[in-house]
Amino acid sequence: MRGKFQWEHAVLLLALVLLTVGTYIGLAVAPPERHMGDVQRIMYVHVPTAWIAMLSLTVAFVAAIGSLWSGKHKWDAAVVGSTETGVVLTGLLLSQGMIWARATWGVWWDWDVRLTTSLVMFILFAGVLALRASVDSAERRASWSAVAIIVAYADVPLVYFCVRWWRSLHQVQSTPETVDAAMMLPLRINAFGMLFLATWFIVRRARLELAQRQVEETTLPERRSVEEVQHA
Amino acid sequence: MTSHGKRRAALIGALSAAAIVIAIMALSGIGDNLVYSWSPSELLAARQKAVGATVRLGGQVEVGSLERVQPGEPLRFRVTDGKESVAILANAVPPAMFREGIGVVIEGTLRKDGHFETQRLMVKHNNEYQAPEEGEMVNAKELERTLEGEV
Repeated sequence: MRGKFQWEHAVLLLALVLLTVGTYIGLAVAPPERHMGDVQRIMYVHVPTAWIAMLSLTVAFVAAIGSLWSGKHKWDAAVVGSTETGVVLTGLLLSQGMIWARATWGVWWDWDVRLTTSLVMFILFAGVLALRASVDSAERRASWSAVAIIVAYADVPLVYFCVRWWRSLHQVQSTPETVDAAMMLPLRINAFGMLFLATWFIVRRARLELAQRQVEETTLPERRSVEEVQHA
Repeated sequence: MTSHGKRRAALIGALSAAAIVIAIMALSGIGDNLVYSWSPSELLAARQKAVGATVRLGGQVEVGSLERVQPGEPLRFRVTDGKESVAILANAVPPAMFREGIGVVIEGTLRKDGHFETQRLMVKHNNEYQAPEEGEMVNAKELERTLEGEV
């Protein structure tokens, strides 16, 4: 692996450029919202975070299916990378949402359906990570966490559609028709930036998992205790 | 059964479980039993049953209903759904975006005299984000000031 150029670093560079440009336009160039003022600018991180969090967990869902179907390590590595990235993004999503909620709705939190399903999403997928940490056998860890992810994924479409199906405090999805063109530009740039940043995290974490697995498999059978090494 | 077969059986089981959960949530009308907020019409229709219970009332601040009050007095306005409206007594600092015509969700209780009393007043935002119109100034100071208020 050493010395070989790894493509994801080019993706990371692109992510950092896009996030810098998008955030600059969002903070300094785009107009304030007519009723919300500057508070609305949190949209340029909140909405991309939401999209990419759900996308990461969708990748985890697909990887979990691949892992159960084929039993191949690379699918399990993709499961780890995308689940961890998705959980971190969901945590960020909830925090940003609370800040925006306090400034516009007037409260940090309310048990409306969008907020509740999002919190459930965070808890379920964090639970998958806790489950992984508690299983020693690599085969069992892969199968159990894949099953848990597939079941937990049922919540992800709910997070998206709940505001259309039920009454809530959170508004329904905006569209390019309901958002000023000058606000759509930084939103789109940051969405791609977030996509590439998440891609980098997922791929790096998956490579790390594969490398760890390789080390475990090549050294475990002949692993010696510290005493044995010292007396050798 | 081989571990290969076990894994695929688990895959089918997990996918079925996820699909069943989504189908139940989408089709069973479970949302009808978990009502987030009542409209003024629903609240008034259930009047006797609703008195004294803590519920959320959702609607719009009726245009022309917001009364000027002295500091320390409860805020008075009406919430409407276009058909019925309810008089509100709010012991809360309203969020900065609070104004006539805006959507609100109010958590509180309906009193016997027909007033809805609340200490938790939330403003709803719609999905529109627009630049200020020409000449229109966004009052950032006002926004910041209300953030300091205790709610």
